[in-house]
Amino acid sequence: MWNYEKRLQHPINITKPNAKLAQDIISQYGGPDGEAGASMRYLSQRYAQNNRNVMAILTDIGTEELGHMEMIAAIVQQLTKDLSMEEIVSSGFDKYYTDHTLGIWPMAAGGVPFNANQFQSKGDPITDLVEDMAAEQKARSTYDNLLRLTRDCPEVYEPLVFLRERELVHFQRFGEALRIVQDELDSNNYYAFNPAFDTTTVGMSNTRCNCRK
Amino acid sequence: MRNYNDKMSALRYVDSVCLAALESALFLDTHPDDCVALESFRRYNSMCNQAKSEYSKKYGPLTLAHAGDCKNWEWVNQPWPWEGGAC
Repeated sequence: MWNYEKRLQHPINITKPNAKLAQDIISQYGGPDGEAGASMRYLSQRYAQNNRNVMAILTDIGTEELGHMEMIAAIVQQLTKDLSMEEIVSSGFDKYYTDHTLGIWPMAAGGVPFNANQFQSKGDPITDLVEDMAAEQKARSTYDNLLRLTRDCPEVYEPLVFLRERELVHFQRFGEALRIVQDELDSNNYYAFNPAFDTTTVGMSNTRCNCRK
Repeated sequence: MRNYNDKMSALRYVDSVCLAALESALFLDTHPDDCVALESFRRYNSMCNQAKSEYSKKYGPLTLAHAGDCKNWEWVNQPWPWEGGAC
């Protein structure tokens, strides 16, 4: 269950339309390392996890990524507001415009549509968490690329800096989650069994908080 | 909650204390026994809830949970986050 909050996680106020930039930034909406894929990846991977910490971090980061999707969509929407036909054609936005007018549609900068094949849900905690760490780094690299493209546009640059920072925090948390999973396995062979599938595993410790109010 | 007299600053305050609460929550997910982090979560989460509730009373609902506080169905009139300006 989710509840909606009528605010962005971080403010976006773009006053100058720029359809060229919009076509680059939409990649973080529906591109291979975008926020839609991030959210679907983490929220889908939760069900096969057997560690309480991992279930929690996937849920909370997956939820935050939904908020990041909304931020990227807001950037694209504001960059394409009030465009003239001349601007649509001269910026190369006419190809997107033909199929979507000024609607928001998940795709990569190169026009490739969003696809569930851009992420995995493998049902193996080590595999999934290693993918999640890579996903955060890939998204961080994409933001680095976008930051180079938006240097002259502080209204766009600043929220992208915020989003890039979130990738670093998430990478750190997923690294800790992987360590928690590995700490409960045999360090001589982490891959002896799949702790989320094979029944030979000893009960995973159920972490409880000892600091009650 | 600090006393903000304009809508934009009140919303920025919501954003900042709620981000601090979320950051503490993510940290606690992988460090559930960290008492300092738990104290930080309690503090910022209570500031976040209070800020959202006070914002909603003064400027219009941020969530459906606060949508019944107004005389009319203000939910549809408040700007959506992508509309810029206040949000």
